[in-house]
Amino acid sequence: MAAAEGFAPRDWDSHPPYLSPDYKSTPLRAPTKPLVILPQSLSELTGPVYGQDAVGPLDHDLTKLAAKTAEPNGERIIVAGQVRDEDGRPVPNILLEVWQPNAAGRYNHDDDQHDAPIDPNFLGAGRCVTDDQGRYRFITIKPGAYPWGNHFNAWRPNHIHFSLFGPSILTRLITQMYFPGDPLLELDPIFNGVPAASRQLLVSKLSIELSEPEWALGYEFNICLRGRLATPLET
Amino acid sequence: MAPKQTPSQTIGPYFSYGLTPEQYGYDYKQLVGNTLAEDGVEGITIRGQVFDGNGDSVRDAVIELWQADSQGRYAHARDPRGSNTGFGGFARVGTGTLEGHFFEFHTVKPGAIGDGQAPHITVVVFMRGLLNHVYTRLYFSDEAAANGADPVLAQIGPDRCGTLIAQRQDGADGPVYQFDIHMQGDRETVFFDA
Repeated sequence: MAAAEGFAPRDWDSHPPYLSPDYKSTPLRAPTKPLVILPQSLSELTGPVYGQDAVGPLDHDLTKLAAKTAEPNGERIIVAGQVRDEDGRPVPNILLEVWQPNAAGRYNHDDDQHDAPIDPNFLGAGRCVTDDQGRYRFITIKPGAYPWGNHFNAWRPNHIHFSLFGPSILTRLITQMYFPGDPLLELDPIFNGVPAASRQLLVSKLSIELSEPEWALGYEFNICLRGRLATPLET
Repeated sequence: MAPKQTPSQTIGPYFSYGLTPEQYGYDYKQLVGNTLAEDGVEGITIRGQVFDGNGDSVRDAVIELWQADSQGRYAHARDPRGSNTGFGGFARVGTGTLEGHFFEFHTVKPGAIGDGQAPHITVVVFMRGLLNHVYTRLYFSDEAAANGADPVLAQIGPDRCGTLIAQRQDGADGPVYQFDIHMQGDRETVFFDA
């Protein structure tokens, strides 16, 4: 047995439970049996690696990436932040992938039948790799709210989907970033599936420091991944 | 105050252009697809469906694989043997483009990593209605001896470890391993917290 650093467990006080009945897609999809505890072997301590060369020069700018004839419609914004772990250490050189609807609340997806216009100059997908301080920055359009079929007159609050890797497959995270002061948040069963004390971790902050004069407002969204833990590794 | 883990949220139904754009026909390069290859090593196919609690196949799931190369080496700095095959080890596919909502991967069979575990692949599953991703593992039906000595399968026990064993069928294009994922029910797949 050699001592090696493993990863702290998923914090179930912070993550939503699988079964969250107000979100009506969960009852048939949530596992019903307890998760089996798996020791952290090399299979868990490793994970996919992407460097700065993985992303294209416009991948972080959703306002330019798919623009064909003009800039996309809507309010241009900057979304930036730092990815750290629970021990406060920056998480450098990890891939972030984002996707979102356009300013009218329409996803560029065949399954989205919301009666709102597709923007021919906006796809709504982007990605970047964190720098050596774990920082990232996207330029995009503020996403619109949109209706969904969960219950009568259900509307999703404005949000951007985030996918992150981190140093191992165990730090994999997919989440959603919300906007401050959105009155739809208190009505949203996906947001409210998160334990109350942790919900604000998903709400970005308006940041004048990140905003650029005469150009775009900035929103800060910091992300925290699982920390490290000294665990014995069987070798 | 120590920061708390950012809560997970569902991947939702509209991930395709963000995570799997080429698979779904979008004009945007994807970084990750369903194919992994290693020079000089026989390819295998992994194929299956995801079933919800009604037994219906799920058409908006994303499946990710993380695996070692044919010699059991991970392409990661923490694997002291490194990987000199150029084999990345990570693959991803959505269940929305094949009839029947199948997922299909073209990869190689991983070697044993050398710590007593049988050859296996880490499988990560995301879908609408799943607020946290689930982890499971894929083992191989043609590794009966190694599976019999695997500590994780032993921990799970005979009643449920069959949910993790992909069943080999030999086809014209090489071996096909069938691996279905059941979110609920009598055959609910074993999901892990690591």
